[in-house]
Amino acid sequence: MEITTTITGFVALYIFLLAAFAGYEIIGRVPAILHTPLMSGSNFIHGIVVVGAMWALLNAGSTLEQVIGFFGVLLGAGNAAGGYVVTERMLEMFKPSTKVAPSTEDKE
Amino acid sequence: MFSAFLIDAAYFIAAFLFLFGLKRMASPVTARSGIVIAGGGMVLAVAAAFLYGFDVSPRAQPHLGMNLLLLVIALGLGVSWAWYSGKRVAMTDMPQMVALYNGMGGGAAAAIAATELFSGNALAHGPVVTLLAVLGGLIGAVALSGSLIAWAKLDGRMNKTWRLPNQQYVNLGLFCAALAMGAALVVMGLMDVVQAPVFVIALFFIVALVLGVMLTTPIGGADMPVVISLYNAFTGLAVAFEGFVLQNPAMIIAGTVVGSAGTLLTLMMAKAMNRNVSNIIFSDFGGGDDSDDSEISGSMKAADASDAAIAMYYASKVIIVPGYGLAVAQAQHKLYEFVKLLQKQGVEVSFAIHPVAGRMPGHMNVLLAEAGVPYDIIYDLEDINEDFPQADVAIVLGANDVVNPAARTRKSSPIYGMPILNVDQARQAYVVKRGQGKGYSGVENELFFEENTSMVYGDAQKVMVQMIEAIKSLG
Repeated sequence: MEITTTITGFVALYIFLLAAFAGYEIIGRVPAILHTPLMSGSNFIHGIVVVGAMWALLNAGSTLEQVIGFFGVLLGAGNAAGGYVVTERMLEMFKPSTKVAPSTEDKE
Repeated sequence: MFSAFLIDAAYFIAAFLFLFGLKRMASPVTARSGIVIAGGGMVLAVAAAFLYGFDVSPRAQPHLGMNLLLLVIALGLGVSWAWYSGKRVAMTDMPQMVALYNGMGGGAAAAIAATELFSGNALAHGPVVTLLAVLGGLIGAVALSGSLIAWAKLDGRMNKTWRLPNQQYVNLGLFCAALAMGAALVVMGLMDVVQAPVFVIALFFIVALVLGVMLTTPIGGADMPVVISLYNAFTGLAVAFEGFVLQNPAMIIAGTVVGSAGTLLTLMMAKAMNRNVSNIIFSDFGGGDDSDDSEISGSMKAADASDAAIAMYYASKVIIVPGYGLAVAQAQHKLYEFVKLLQKQGVEVSFAIHPVAGRMPGHMNVLLAEAGVPYDIIYDLEDINEDFPQADVAIVLGANDVVNPAARTRKSSPIYGMPILNVDQARQAYVVKRGQGKGYSGVENELFFEENTSMVYGDAQKVMVQMIEAIKSLG
């Protein structure tokens, strides 16, 4: 498949503008206690780069492109999977108080 | 083509799930489901991307089998390595892990730029596409090598902060060289050159990688969180640019969202640390002639761990200020055990977290959460600072600069202007500390000399054990 340029000019700029504002608004309201998981979570989101690398590798027409494409997919997959695992691990630990009397034998 | 429609539909759903998931990550109550939802979007997008195989360019057609095989191997290796390392990494080592995964994303974006430039695809689509490919490649390559250096430094594999004489000019030169080569490629796209010379493209990427290394090596460990966050935003931007090149809306949206969110996060972190982003990247911080050893009157008073424990036991309101020293001593679990004893007695206990406690903003919250401390007794600086005057006891564990009143009063101090926790306003302050040394900034802490401050010397873990014993012996 050739690259068909359908997202061009002002349409591209509009997407860019709206997405930039969306990111700004979403992060602006996050409490500071979540900053580390959030940095890691946004790190996971740009792991979507792996699908672009997959396209590049599938459309590779020379050994050089195959080698670069291979590393692209490898790195992109690591970004997505690693970002997911560490973010999920961190967020899983955030728990509210067990809202009963102070004397609780919490499970370890 | 039906496969193209399926891919577009999958990307649309994935983009929605990313935004929805990120939104849910904004509150601790829904955060866990947020990452799971975003993860679902990622799985869907990757599954759909296999459909590209039905519709490859004619010149790639003979290689399709091989390419598919390589694809499966690369995906398998990347996912399994990252999954394994991500599951094993200790919570204290989280900053460098985020840096490493982020660098990989930047590398992937640079790799896309490289294949598009080497294959002639980018140039065939004119100067705008070439420009975006070049910019994304430059930013992605800088994020890759820069993040690797950041990882090496935070992981303790590279302790020296070396710099060349006139390093700023060297960096500027490298940046201009990369731009010049990028511009040459764009001009070739303008002049309908079909195949740019391989050495120009190769040199372009090499210079970009070297630039990332040179930008990062002079930066000290304390500023590294801001740098990681900045490279995170960089990678987002690179992904968005490559998304335009590939006409891939999921990459454009996800990359742009991360680019803007990451920029905001970087600015918020820098502000909390009282640092300026451009100073961090371009300055000569740590020149070493800040000799502000001066007229602090009074002396430090030492106290026993058991005395401090008993004072807290009979208090009605206690505020705990944890710092990274607490996590280094692995004392969070003991601390929470102690806190539960106090709560049982009816003492109101809150945790006060400075924005830069830990090794990056929010890191201390993760470390406390790991020990089981519920998030609703943990407060940010703005929310708790006015409570200190009502606190009977404030106890500082492994933190130093973030409670130094000099940041409010002493204009000559390097930390002047940094927001601090007002521990000095509590009726009684205890500081648990290993020795009499200074903080990260090398500044003497006035709090330690205050009338109502007592020092408890010792390893935080051992001190907590003594405190627990003291309370238990009271019955």
